[in-house]
Amino acid sequence: MLQGWIQIALTLLIVVVITPFFGRYMARVFLGQRTFLDSVLHPLDQVILSLSGVRIQEGMTGWQYARAMLYSNLTMLVFIYLIFMLQGGLPFNPTGLTAPSWDLALHTAISFVTNTNQQHYSGETTYSYFSQFAALGFMMFTSAATGIAVAIAFIRGLTGRPLGNFYVDLIQSITRILLPISIVGAIVLMAAGIPETLAGPAIIPTLENPGISQAIARGPVAHYEIIKELGENGGGFFGINSAHPFENPNGFTNLIELVAILSIPTSLIITYGIFANNLKQAWLVYSIPFAILVIFIIITAIGEYQGNSAVNALLGSEAPNLEGKEVRFGWAQSALFAVFTTASMCGAVNSLHDSFMPTGGFVTLSNMFLQIVFGGQGTGTAYLFAYLILAVFVTGLMVGRTPEFLGRKIEKREVVLASFLILLVHPIAILIPSAMTLAFPEQLAGISNPGFHGLSQVIYEYASAAANNGSGFEGLGDATLWWNLSTSFSLLAGRYIPIVSLLLLADSMSRKQPVPATAGTLRTDTGLFTGVTAGVILILGALTFFPVLALGPVAEAFQILKGIG
Amino acid sequence: MSFAREASRAIRSTLVLWVITALIYPLVMVAFGQIAFPFQANGSILTNAQGQPVGSGLIGQPFTSDRYFNSRPSTTSYSTADPANDEASVLKTGISGASNLAPSNPDLLQRIQETTVQLQQAGIQPTADLVYTSGSSLDPHITPEAARAQIARVARARGLEPNQLEDLINQNTAGRFLSIFGEPGVNVLRLNLALDALNS
Repeated sequence: MLQGWIQIALTLLIVVVITPFFGRYMARVFLGQRTFLDSVLHPLDQVILSLSGVRIQEGMTGWQYARAMLYSNLTMLVFIYLIFMLQGGLPFNPTGLTAPSWDLALHTAISFVTNTNQQHYSGETTYSYFSQFAALGFMMFTSAATGIAVAIAFIRGLTGRPLGNFYVDLIQSITRILLPISIVGAIVLMAAGIPETLAGPAIIPTLENPGISQAIARGPVAHYEIIKELGENGGGFFGINSAHPFENPNGFTNLIELVAILSIPTSLIITYGIFANNLKQAWLVYSIPFAILVIFIIITAIGEYQGNSAVNALLGSEAPNLEGKEVRFGWAQSALFAVFTTASMCGAVNSLHDSFMPTGGFVTLSNMFLQIVFGGQGTGTAYLFAYLILAVFVTGLMVGRTPEFLGRKIEKREVVLASFLILLVHPIAILIPSAMTLAFPEQLAGISNPGFHGLSQVIYEYASAAANNGSGFEGLGDATLWWNLSTSFSLLAGRYIPIVSLLLLADSMSRKQPVPATAGTLRTDTGLFTGVTAGVILILGALTFFPVLALGPVAEAFQILKGIG
Repeated sequence: MSFAREASRAIRSTLVLWVITALIYPLVMVAFGQIAFPFQANGSILTNAQGQPVGSGLIGQPFTSDRYFNSRPSTTSYSTADPANDEASVLKTGISGASNLAPSNPDLLQRIQETTVQLQQAGIQPTADLVYTSGSSLDPHITPEAARAQIARVARARGLEPNQLEDLINQNTAGRFLSIFGEPGVNVLRLNLALDALNS
């Protein structure tokens, strides 16, 4: 058991150690300072900008930024939808796949545009190589870059700067951050065993019985795999995602994928600290999601290590829960991956969450309810600071001072925007469609596991959609018209309403006259204030969802203790 | 700003970024992989002495007989089918999948009970990895304990010494990365290929 905890602790240590370097690098990129890749990338940026018709000096207001983001995302949505529907006639289709149903293609397109990558299909059997690399792989870059751009605009607004230009931020996120790391990462993953080929599946007679053949699905996986994790996308090339030996063949690739998943959302907090010129505050803010992350990992890992008491009785020994897990990852790396991927809204899985013990279900669901345990690409960081603004407001009320954050007054408009995007949109996008689906368990829900776990399956699917995570309790029969359309609603509501609110919030913060700090100013870079913020996060973010947690994983845990049957 | 200008920027930037990230990047990576790492890039396909492909070094195969070390139970039978009778079109694309049974699902318990009985009848002490189905249904590994639990049976079926098999297991065990990350696993296909080579 100790060996497992050492792996977990060292992985966390690596994540923390690279944070300041990566955060500083991103700050340099978006502050327009020199970086070591400039000599190569500066001319490339210029070409892309001029071909796109974008002028770098042109600033945008919050609303203009939001409109540019919506126009560009809509264009990409239509574009990839057309690729899916026409894939039968397009090249790089060695298995001769035809177009999927319109609702599945629509759900997939929305799911990838929103950086969610919820998959109601299996990659091997549904989308051609071309659809995978030219449509899904494309969105993995642009949806991640959209998230980073929004976070940077938000940070700029919060620190009193003009918001910048959406297209410049989008393009630089790709050319300066996502693409260079992906190229290096793809080469490393290829060397470690991940395929990168345009050849179709290999059909080979099996060793034990040559009358039976095995179909080994393959494809251009390595280049796709790295951006899948780095961009917090999470959509597997194969149906079974990073549990597939071709997506994640060994402990080394697993480590790379884990670190890639958390690297950007953790580092963006430090990027904020450099923009705000207050690294102390950045590290204090960092400590909130980090502490929650560590607690969640411990809960999940203990549950998987102890295993299923009913099964252990049959085995006559204590054994970890290995249902839906690969031998090479075992309980420790599987639990760690499950927490990382739901904390960060990546959604890749290296083991099947549906088969996790109820403790794992509790943690993965809670991660998606909170959305700030580092959170989604860019959006998680922005939510964290929205919570900070709410905490300033709450503490301001308690001590009777005008709430201020970074020397700017928090007024009605900011509180309305912050509370709307955090307190209202998320529960609406999860709980209302869940209630509708559960009202028709036979016709709509497609539940595959009986009892309390069935409720968790439905809640998980909508939580994953609304939080733009993309993982699932995959037993759920979700490849239906109802599921495709209703989760599309949650995907869109959970992505664009908060993003537009964040940009408007940033805009109004950037326009305020700074107030000089006095002895009466509430300091936001103290341990006390950080503690209050953590409390606000847990109360506002988690309490809404406590009833469904009680009815889902908590009740299931008691059911298992009582005995199955 | 006019609608036309806004739409034109959205379309033009989409096309430029598409060419870079969705055409140039993947195709250059494929070319690089085919030149620099042809073995890994094509799926780590293993061949026998005659140069015939026998499987992938990263993907498991079904083994259930006494003469071979058995692999983990799989929900897709390791993406295999009878070529003459492949109604589910498994061999057209290859598949992966998992049971997705919840720990509280009585079906899980019943399945494990049946597997446990089968293993005991075959004289194998059940281990967790041999009764739980894997995540991908293609898991190439079993734990070293599960391999050692099968030594007696394979040794009897093949007329080999148990310590010979012990050596083969050690040779075909992939350790942790840097002895730290991941769990050790015995590659069942490689182990069984080595077993056949020993007999011939």
